[in-house]
Amino acid sequence: MQKKATRDAYGQALVELGRKYDNIVVLDADLSKSTKTEHFAKEFPERFFQMGIAEQDMMATAAGLAFSGKVAFASTFAIFATGRAFEQIRNSICYPAVSVKICATHAGLTVGEDGGSHQSVEDIAIMRAVPNMTVIVPADGVSTEKALTAIYEHEGPVYLRLGRPAVPVIYDEDYEFKIGKATKLKEGQDAAIIATGIMVSLAIDAARMLKEEGLSVQVWDMSTIKPLDIEAVKIAAKTGAIVTAEEHSVIGGLGGAVAEALAKNSPCHMGFVGVEDTFGESGTPAELMEKYNLTAESIKSKVRETISKKSSC
Amino acid sequence: MTDNEVEIMDDKKIEELSEIARQSRVWIIKSLTESKSGHPGGSLSSCDILTYLYFHAMNVDPQNPHDPDRDRLILSKGHCAPALYTSLALKGFFPKEDLLSLRKLGSKLQGHPDARKVPGVDASTGSLGQGLSIANGIALAGKLDGKDYTVYSIIGDGETEEGQIWEAAMTAVHYQLDNVIAFLDYNHLQIDGRIEDVKSNGNFANRFKSFGWHVIEIDGHDLHAIDEAVRAAKREKEAPTMIIAHTIKGKGVKFMEGIADWHGKAPSKDQALEAIQLLGEKWEGN
Repeated sequence: MQKKATRDAYGQALVELGRKYDNIVVLDADLSKSTKTEHFAKEFPERFFQMGIAEQDMMATAAGLAFSGKVAFASTFAIFATGRAFEQIRNSICYPAVSVKICATHAGLTVGEDGGSHQSVEDIAIMRAVPNMTVIVPADGVSTEKALTAIYEHEGPVYLRLGRPAVPVIYDEDYEFKIGKATKLKEGQDAAIIATGIMVSLAIDAARMLKEEGLSVQVWDMSTIKPLDIEAVKIAAKTGAIVTAEEHSVIGGLGGAVAEALAKNSPCHMGFVGVEDTFGESGTPAELMEKYNLTAESIKSKVRETISKKSSC
Repeated sequence: MTDNEVEIMDDKKIEELSEIARQSRVWIIKSLTESKSGHPGGSLSSCDILTYLYFHAMNVDPQNPHDPDRDRLILSKGHCAPALYTSLALKGFFPKEDLLSLRKLGSKLQGHPDARKVPGVDASTGSLGQGLSIANGIALAGKLDGKDYTVYSIIGDGETEEGQIWEAAMTAVHYQLDNVIAFLDYNHLQIDGRIEDVKSNGNFANRFKSFGWHVIEIDGHDLHAIDEAVRAAKREKEAPTMIIAHTIKGKGVKFMEGIADWHGKAPSKDQALEAIQLLGEKWEGN
């Protein structure tokens, strides 16, 4: 199976985009080797702004560039982008709705060995709550690359959540990414898994295992968390049992967004796979995913548990 | 004269600007009285600087507020919006009467400047510490695009307690942003009292100098001194300029001058009538 980290896909796609559009500028806060903006910096040094370890300054400077007609891509780790510089993102970027694209890497537990201080499990919740913000979490390298063009074309602020480790490639090159549109990857009637980011490939694995056990389960890639694809949620709700899966806290992220949509439109039983309101810790990405129940096996049991609630009504 | 040079200022011009500044102060009082809230102290202390910039130094056109070649002003101390709005209105960006809608429901004149709502406002500000970074971003874009506009910014003295100001101070020097001219409105007061008592600020001139800024200290109410400082700043190459403007909070309204309590409190109707009288006018009120 082919694997690629979404941050690597980002770094490469950014160079391609830079070749096409000369109003793109990129900023980084001393992490360009890790966020992969170094490739852009190398090819377009005059359009790359090294901001040093100063995320707040970086976000507001990016806003200034965007106020002057540039499309500014600002990168750092998810924890620093959405934590340290939250209010700059809110007031200098989202309030005036300028075109700053916050492309944050090293999101979630799979940061790994750096430990809990560096593992953002609340960034989707934080970014999703800010008006004018669009939140995108690609599942693989191909969708990251496609998303980047859509993000460039979209007017206004965007939060793009990217990961550190290599993850399975799900999509073919002909995949079409559209902001606000979920992709149905598997048909099924007994339940639906709505996953995002690196949990999408695990959701596919879970559905495959469940099929062997006689259950037919739908799988969705909810690559845009905001605006959420309400129609997709409504279709999934017809199965009567939805399980969300995300490498993020179960509070306020994809699960929260789907639950809100269900409560408003078509309530149905729901289960959440995610980080259970706790910080992470040091370990390899694989060990952490196992320990914090972010596996195909956990999705599978959550689907069974949720399906069983249907009969208890 | 190239586009980014400032015209010579003769006595007649100084007289004209003083009169505009006086009218601005009257409108600041009127708008704050109507809104029953807002920040008179800092609005009055930065009024002469704003008047000088909008009516003499800056290349802006009220008919074309988004002109990519225009000079910009980023009011980092966004709570002094009444002074900015007044300058913009008197300059012709919108009708003066709109100033009386300050802070009211549905008004474009929000408590802090909103670039999406007000023609002539170059960035949304209000949360302290962020405006200088925004100014740097606009200056970087100017350099990249080969434009010769100047980005002015006004920061507060208390505002320098925000760490981001010093991050931005480093950025402006690192990228040699000689197209950034910032004013530090040094009125010595913040909400909770004298800035020296709230948090020791040391010597602003030395601090900015040590960061690599070109620093000039002036009386921020002396139009001639403001003019000389801006000219000197424009001559400076490869470094941003910080003009430390010694000002008086509440300047122009005797009973407000130097009183911290007038940081964020609107005058009553009677106080407003007195203030406007002190400014040499009568207000019939609404």
